[in-house]
Amino acid sequence: MNREIIIKVCTGTSGVASGGEEVLATFRNIIASAGLEASSAERCSAEQSGCRGFCKKDVIVDVIINGEKTTYMHVKPDMAPKIFEEHIMRGVPVAEWITDREYHEFRDKQTKVVLSACGEIDQEDIHAYRSIGGYEATHKAVLSMTPEEIISVVRQSNLRGRGGGGFPTGLKWELCSRFISDTKYVICNGNESDPGAFMDTSIMEGNPHSVIEGMIICAKAIGSNQGYIYTKAEYALTVRRLQKAIRQCYEMGFLGKNIFGSECNFDLRVFQGAGAFVCGEATALMRSIEGKRGMPSSKMWRTAESGLWNRPTVLNNVETFANIPKIIANGAKWFRNLGTERSGGTKVFSLSGRVKNTGLIEVPMGTTLREIIFDIGGGIEGGKIFKGVHIGGPTGGCIPAELLDTEVDYESLAQAGSMMGSGGMVVLDEGNCIVDTAKFFVSISQAESCGKCTPCRIGTKRMLEILERITNGSGRDGDSALLEELGQHIRATSLCGLGMTAPNPVLSTLRYFRDEYEQHISKKRCPAAVCRALITYAILGDICTGCGACKRVCPADAIRGTKKKPHHIDAGICIKCGTCFDVCKFKAVTKS
Amino acid sequence: MITLKINGKKISVGESSTVLDAARRLDIPIPTLCHHPELSPFGGCRLCLVEIKGHPRPVASCSTLAREGMDVITSSTRLEQLRKTTLELLLSDHPQDCMVCERAGDCTLQELAYFYGIRENRFTGAQRPRGKRDDNPFISRDMEKCILCGQCVRVCDEVQGVGAIDFAYRGMTTKITPAFERDLDCEFCGQCVAVCPTGALSGKMWARKGRQNFDEVDTVCPYCGCGCTITLHVRRNAVVRVSSRIDTFHEGCLCAKGRFGYGFIQSPDRLTRPLIRIAPKDNSHFSHDHINQSLRSFLKGPRGGTADSSVNPQASALFKEVSWEEALDYAGSRLKEIEERYGPDCIGGLSSARCTNEENYLFQKFMRAVIGTNNVDHCARY
Repeated sequence: MNREIIIKVCTGTSGVASGGEEVLATFRNIIASAGLEASSAERCSAEQSGCRGFCKKDVIVDVIINGEKTTYMHVKPDMAPKIFEEHIMRGVPVAEWITDREYHEFRDKQTKVVLSACGEIDQEDIHAYRSIGGYEATHKAVLSMTPEEIISVVRQSNLRGRGGGGFPTGLKWELCSRFISDTKYVICNGNESDPGAFMDTSIMEGNPHSVIEGMIICAKAIGSNQGYIYTKAEYALTVRRLQKAIRQCYEMGFLGKNIFGSECNFDLRVFQGAGAFVCGEATALMRSIEGKRGMPSSKMWRTAESGLWNRPTVLNNVETFANIPKIIANGAKWFRNLGTERSGGTKVFSLSGRVKNTGLIEVPMGTTLREIIFDIGGGIEGGKIFKGVHIGGPTGGCIPAELLDTEVDYESLAQAGSMMGSGGMVVLDEGNCIVDTAKFFVSISQAESCGKCTPCRIGTKRMLEILERITNGSGRDGDSALLEELGQHIRATSLCGLGMTAPNPVLSTLRYFRDEYEQHISKKRCPAAVCRALITYAILGDICTGCGACKRVCPADAIRGTKKKPHHIDAGICIKCGTCFDVCKFKAVTKS
Repeated sequence: MITLKINGKKISVGESSTVLDAARRLDIPIPTLCHHPELSPFGGCRLCLVEIKGHPRPVASCSTLAREGMDVITSSTRLEQLRKTTLELLLSDHPQDCMVCERAGDCTLQELAYFYGIRENRFTGAQRPRGKRDDNPFISRDMEKCILCGQCVRVCDEVQGVGAIDFAYRGMTTKITPAFERDLDCEFCGQCVAVCPTGALSGKMWARKGRQNFDEVDTVCPYCGCGCTITLHVRRNAVVRVSSRIDTFHEGCLCAKGRFGYGFIQSPDRLTRPLIRIAPKDNSHFSHDHINQSLRSFLKGPRGGTADSSVNPQASALFKEVSWEEALDYAGSRLKEIEERYGPDCIGGLSSARCTNEENYLFQKFMRAVIGTNNVDHCARY
């Protein structure tokens, strides 16, 4: 019996970081040295695939024998020989490494549209992409649709900007299409910078052709002949894969002059930014491409009228473009029905923090936070209590447990004091200090402020300083009111979206967790026992066995006691490093 | 034309006018720090915020185009509170040393702090540390006082076309600096000094020379035929500083010479009366070597104080100080003598770019009509 064997190894961002490329190389070596194909006329190949989202379980490997798929997780190169020997040669899957229930729950509760091909095909092979219907939508749009028809389909789909702003994509295209100019630009914003967010990177690395397709369709709709994909130079893998995909497109005639033999011309190139967070802002991004400092400018004209080099420009996010071919192929109605009344389709989130299943997920608009965190995410790690979820990156806001039934879409998240933003979700549990978390996010906004406008440059610095003194135990009465006023001021007066949203982490937590701020300020207490200046370590005399483990590791020699007798900590010397807390096997060390 | 309403008053302005332009036409004051009428809109200081009916949040009037039917409010309790907080933030990152600052009394930031009565500041915290590092002779860059309004960057790029400075770094560490934080090494036109609204940029030559009781005398720059209008800041009969008003034909721009090159006015080496050479022509003093040496010591400058005695008119054995009448009579008689003996074409005239057009016109007229030669030329030609 001849078998067709395919081994797929995840080489997404996280897959590569976990050693995916080494696993792939090991499988290829084994296949080559086993001489399988020659001996049994079987066809066996090992190929790479994009990110499947469940990064916690990386490296994920699929073994597909005659279409029957078995998935392994946490694969290391040294596991490859056993999988090959037992599963491929003898037909018995290695049960202990096969994915568990969690993997299937994580997967099955999602609706994959933009991520549907990620992890299923070799992302660097245009033929693999075409084999699942790739470039058919572009073919259709370029050859048999008018620009008006394309715009009308996109408008009807209710697709809104996935960069976080939520501006209706169809309307943006329509505005731009109205302006007459010899040159118009299509820009894809791939300057994803939020810590812990890698939705766009995963799409660009896991299915770059879907983004290119979206951009070609947009170019046809607005009459553009030049496009840029703006990403960061640090994302070497993204840049390499995009450039490879663009090269393949030129070879196939999907880019360049007379696309698909039509009158349409479209040139596309990757622009590598220098890594500034603020370059994700549309005007700063355009200045950066122009070779200037990436600083936002006042929008005296819409970018649809005067954008890059003062020409009409459409700038959309990676995920927005990746949705376009699906909409053209499946129709506006299909897409619209996936989401809510106000926003069509799905949204990709990167789920991280104290949740069991971290990774990249895609859910229809209108899914509740509870479904995302508890059904897909599997709930809180270690059986702790859910405290809140911070959505939208460093300039997003925190949503507390009582609002877990909020449905995710642009309006409801904004109403709850957060925002869609890029789609980063950081889950917090009772062990997270809310003031400390807000301080962390504000420190990012401050460090990444371009420095142009006063409220963002100095305001976020003063905000950070107030938060620092609160967590240091020197908070003053009225600090939370001052923070609130300063936050409102920055929100009202900043020049660009970064400044306007920078106070969100503080304002949203002041709204829902004000008591925790007050405890820090007036009682000099950190309820989550995180802020070092506000916690004290102590040894419970009735539990301590006097083993001396803590005494041995204490770097400050702050622990006193004789062997086999309860020890105690000299608070005057203790530097609150927490080493004793970590090392005690009997949980006799407490922090409060 | 676009018609809009500001504080209830109607005004019509051109297509590309901003709300701020329109308000200034109506003489409605809106505080600004980063705005300059000759530079592109910046929108950084956020003081010019106004409320526009239908807009959810205040907008910067300097960078919002006036639109038909707009209803603008430039001052309200909320707007004034926002402006005050913004000023507090700016001042929280600004040295409180107005007592010794060169710009006190002429500083927009100080004036706004005065108007908004900011004595106590609710915001205090770390200020930017800024080491002074500028070895240039003209421009003092005290970057602790910089409020990052970007006017210097824009005037250097958009007006002067030099681009010697730009923003660098991010967040609170953002600063204006020449490339790679080198010392400033530019044309030193000083346009940046002229537009700086605070004491961050000032002229080294007028440091510690006083801030009050100046007579301002408008005159014309003597350096070239451009004839820029300059204003001399005079105190005790000494020129302490040169500036230029924005309503001049050159919009307040000057060059390094016009702005900083006024030291000659009070130089002890300056010729103030005519001299007639008394040494014989073939005197060995006038060998090339000697002239070069004399020039070199002369050019060491008035402050060097080592000018060669042979060119110092007062002490010179080569020149005799005379009255204007005597000097003109001498020149006239010698020219006449030469013309009669050798013909007019043996005389040539060289004039100077530092003269006005009118003076140069008169000079060529004199050479052609009075002397009778076309041998007339001008230093700007070579």
